[in-house]
Amino acid sequence: MASPSLIPAGDFRSSYAVDTTIFPTKTSRNAAILGVVLICFAPQLLSEYWLSQLIMIGIYGIAALGLNILVGFTGQISIGHAAFFLFGAFTSAYISNNYPIPVFFSIPIAGVVTAIVGLIFGLPAARLKGLYLVIATLAAQYILLDFFSRADWFSGGSVPATAKAFSIFDHTLRGDRQYFYVVLAYVVASYLLVTNLMRSRDGRALVAVRDHYLSAEIMGINLTKYRTLSFGLAAFFAGIAGALYAHNQLVVSNEGFGIERSILFLAMVIIGGTGSIMGTLMGTAFVVLVPEAMEWISMELKGGVIDKALALNNNLTFLREIAIGLIIIAFLVFEPDGLAHRWRQIKTYWKLYPFSH
Amino acid sequence: MNTQFLLQLLVNGLVVGTLYGVVAMSFVLIYKATQVVNFAQGELLLIGAWVCWTLLTKYQVPFWLGMPMTLVFMFAFGILIQVVILRPLVGEPVISVIMVTIALSAVFQAALKWIYGVNPQPFPRVFTSQSVTIGSLQIQTVYVMSLVVSVAMMIGMAWFFKVSKWGLAMRATAFNQQVAQSLGISVKTVFAMAWAISAMVSAVAGVVVAVVNGVSSGLSIYGIKVFPAVILGGLDSIGGAVVGGIIIGLLENFAQFIDSEYLHWGNLYEVAPFYVLIIILMIKPYGLFGTKDIERV
Repeated sequence: MASPSLIPAGDFRSSYAVDTTIFPTKTSRNAAILGVVLICFAPQLLSEYWLSQLIMIGIYGIAALGLNILVGFTGQISIGHAAFFLFGAFTSAYISNNYPIPVFFSIPIAGVVTAIVGLIFGLPAARLKGLYLVIATLAAQYILLDFFSRADWFSGGSVPATAKAFSIFDHTLRGDRQYFYVVLAYVVASYLLVTNLMRSRDGRALVAVRDHYLSAEIMGINLTKYRTLSFGLAAFFAGIAGALYAHNQLVVSNEGFGIERSILFLAMVIIGGTGSIMGTLMGTAFVVLVPEAMEWISMELKGGVIDKALALNNNLTFLREIAIGLIIIAFLVFEPDGLAHRWRQIKTYWKLYPFSH
Repeated sequence: MNTQFLLQLLVNGLVVGTLYGVVAMSFVLIYKATQVVNFAQGELLLIGAWVCWTLLTKYQVPFWLGMPMTLVFMFAFGILIQVVILRPLVGEPVISVIMVTIALSAVFQAALKWIYGVNPQPFPRVFTSQSVTIGSLQIQTVYVMSLVVSVAMMIGMAWFFKVSKWGLAMRATAFNQQVAQSLGISVKTVFAMAWAISAMVSAVAGVVVAVVNGVSSGLSIYGIKVFPAVILGGLDSIGGAVVGGIIIGLLENFAQFIDSEYLHWGNLYEVAPFYVLIIILMIKPYGLFGTKDIERV
């Protein structure tokens, strides 16, 4: 699974503080800061459409990050992530509509509430192994979606719930161009938070639970506590992402948050690389952009022989699902460490360039 | 209280429950023999039903010929999945294997919608459907047929594992792969056979459901309902799967009765099994008949 980042020869770590810095090298830190600064100009440069895609990558990236804590770091699977995402969306919409709380605060509150719900469903799995957690989260997915479809007071039932636009006290942000910065702030904060978590005692405990839970328990790690904690964290980030999604779309409905969406979140984690924080973002971008690529391909083929034989354009949704499924399988069989691993290999290749072998 | 209605629902529950039992049985077969949790079980059911439907309507094959052809196809298909997709993953972490079957189910689900469309298709009349009256109950003959087929398959499965050479080889492999191998059992072949048989049994269940309700992508819900059944019965117990399936089927219909008579919540029967699932996981995670996993270091 997660392999340590490749450190250039001659870079010796002589103290624990140096070994656990967030960025392994100065260059990587500068590159990350530069990347964030550059992306701040995105709203001025990109078209509305691509900006909305970028916002989606950010929102799903936060949800996928939560799932990666569970799948990549703790070694458990959840196929109910979409339900928690949706729960966060409904909660934030509900809080900001019914209480005099500005959206600025309702997003973190939604995260906390979702985390609590996640913990309730995670409790039976806390004393069980991965397989049983999968099944418990499967049940969570169905139970939560059923709850949304019947709880009219909370989610509007069959009518989609409306959410307010993002506001701090009296100042309201309008449109994607302003909302982009909110998402960006949340993405940067959550990625820093998780990177930081992973170099703390708790983060190492999670990894220990994944790698060998019996040894971990013998070393004094409380299995129940850390399994539940990782489940709560996953739900927390799903809730935050869901809330961000709600205040971006301004309407939230049950539609499209079935088990397929949960599989999509898993796809992001697996394609990006289980146990790789930056990989999660790469995987999310990949999964968000696959439909775009497919649309482009089908437009290119439009009217051609293949198009007529297979009726590509009419069935684009199904083709998308097939493509995502096949990509997951291909990654698991051929590249289990995901894009993050591929990226590291490319980096080493160039670092060592003409003598790469 | 409406006793007539309750009885009718319980009979339905028994019929659906035995079908759940059959699907759960084929799920447990794969889990026991190959340690793979198959999230694509429902899709196997669906593929079987669609293949049979195609043979019967598109190619006008008579049912007595179409059914064996479906079974042969599913046999080959099961082996194909195991060899091409799951064999490279032997020895990988459980998570990867689970993920692959989840992805497989997504692929099959979408591919079938692509090929056959989203609308349900009526299955050609295989039996002349009429209802028999037993006591005060009206029971359709297709239900009786479904019950008979399910029970026959359960008996067949019991015979297979108790007596036949292949069944014994499978049980040996499930018990301990290395010992089985040293006794001359080809574990590879056993894995492939487990998938092949499981696919065949699922296909029979799929065709039975299709005869009763028509074919649609909704059939794959049987693959999801399998989880409450197998968790209730115990993940690695074939008998438990059957019992679990029947209990879940009865419970579902009982929930519908409570719902329509007293609560009026609507579609309670769809989620009731999942509440049961959570409760079982909390109090008795290894189910009624499952072996408790004791780990030694």
